[in-house]
Amino acid sequence: MRLKYVLSEVMVGLWRNVTMTIAMIITMAVSLTLLGASVLLYLQVDRMRDVYYQDVEVSIFLKTQEVTPEQKAAIESDLRADPLVQDVHFENQQEAWENFQEIFASAPELTALTRPESLPESYRVKLKDPNTFDQFEIKYEKYIGTGGIERILDQAQLVEKVFTVLGSLQKLALIIAVVQGVAALMLVINTIQIAAYSKRREVAVMKLVGASNWFIQAPFVLEAVAAGFIGAIFAYGTLVLAKIYVFDGALQPLTSVLTPIPWTNVNLMLPVLAGAGALVSSVTGWFALRFYIRV
Amino acid sequence: MIALEHVTKTYPKAQRPSLNDVSVAIEKGEFVFFIGPSGSGKSTIVKLLLREIQPTKGKIIVNAREVGNMRSWRIPNFRRSIGCVFQDFRLLPNRTAYENVAFALEVIGKTQAVARRVVPEVLELVGLGGKEHRYPQELSGGEQQRVAVARAFVNRPLILLADEPTGNLDPDTSIEIMRLLDRINRTGTTVVMVTHDSNIVNQMRRRVVEIEGGKIVRDQPRGVYG
Repeated sequence: MRLKYVLSEVMVGLWRNVTMTIAMIITMAVSLTLLGASVLLYLQVDRMRDVYYQDVEVSIFLKTQEVTPEQKAAIESDLRADPLVQDVHFENQQEAWENFQEIFASAPELTALTRPESLPESYRVKLKDPNTFDQFEIKYEKYIGTGGIERILDQAQLVEKVFTVLGSLQKLALIIAVVQGVAALMLVINTIQIAAYSKRREVAVMKLVGASNWFIQAPFVLEAVAAGFIGAIFAYGTLVLAKIYVFDGALQPLTSVLTPIPWTNVNLMLPVLAGAGALVSSVTGWFALRFYIRV
Repeated sequence: MIALEHVTKTYPKAQRPSLNDVSVAIEKGEFVFFIGPSGSGKSTIVKLLLREIQPTKGKIIVNAREVGNMRSWRIPNFRRSIGCVFQDFRLLPNRTAYENVAFALEVIGKTQAVARRVVPEVLELVGLGGKEHRYPQELSGGEQQRVAVARAFVNRPLILLADEPTGNLDPDTSIEIMRLLDRINRTGTTVVMVTHDSNIVNQMRRRVVEIEGGKIVRDQPRGVYG
């Protein structure tokens, strides 16, 4: 009986003030969508870091001219003996040219003009730990210039730039989520107070005859929780659509760069967002009522 | 049953206390009038007894419980032992007489089965048999107050507080309500009634406690309005 009473009060409450309910659900949904996007991006950056770092190399470009076999031998024996190094691969001018042709296949004028002799030879070095690049670089700086090395390039640094961009996107999404979240909470407070006001007679009688506080407050708080929950479902739906149509659709060509977002992560957002939405709105609702319905 | 011991209540920002060092004891089963002019502090007593407000100083004991410093989560349970009737009836306009009384039971967790058994009984007791399904606006003032009394009494409280229950009623209807309160008092329920209706007080010849300027100026068994 009590449960039935509470639930019917919740339904009546949501209907009585349907425009506010919709506004509450929409702001909740937007806020939770961005929260979900932010969490997904965070998980994604971690995944990408794992994937990328498996493949990053250090490239040691040699000068295109005047590199003696002795210089090469000295560098190579140092590399082979280096405890930081896992693997070394020498890329000659022909291989460099073939790679170049592949990378710039979409610019035939460029590939037509480029000859193997104009491309540098290089050592492709895989470090045991990509984070030891600084120690590695110091050892080989002596070869730069007169030793035959043109420059030493760490792919990890390029990759980090991508992560910095993704990291700021994630922070931006989080900030908007928080701002929207504040708006959503204000709507929750407002809606609950309107609901409490429209039922002030019932509330007064309930207090008078000694209804327990939770019994008086539960219908109002559950209204907010229901709105938060529905908002979370919409937010999850938005994330699913975003995965299908944006990441797996429009951004399909970029999947080699942006490793695909796994469904398990997207689906994880449903309980996370539902929990966040319900928790935040119930706490807010409860606080709003504490100031409004004093015993 | 009820004891006020040196109770002082000063509202925030008020110049002088509404109640000033008031002590009074009410035994179980008594019928007591609190009388006095507007602003004398009568209504403050009702609010204190219901723990709607807390005393500034002193002790209030109701049903052997110290009310003044009661923790707020205990208040609902405490109020179940007190029935309450007001000048403005405080009925829910969108509920019938039956539903108004049943509401008071349902919100404290009683089942509908209990309500079906108890509510017609108490409506019969207050003389509203046959009018259970009328809405408040379809009832006269006296009948509405009877619904309110039924709601206050349906839980069989130990104490019935009545704050100017006849304030909105004509003299004849007032007397009917007083007869009803008298009957309830005879079941052993302590009745505390705040009023400035001299006719009623003079007719009933019950204990009268007169308050003026926040102090008890008279406490008389079988008193008159004076």
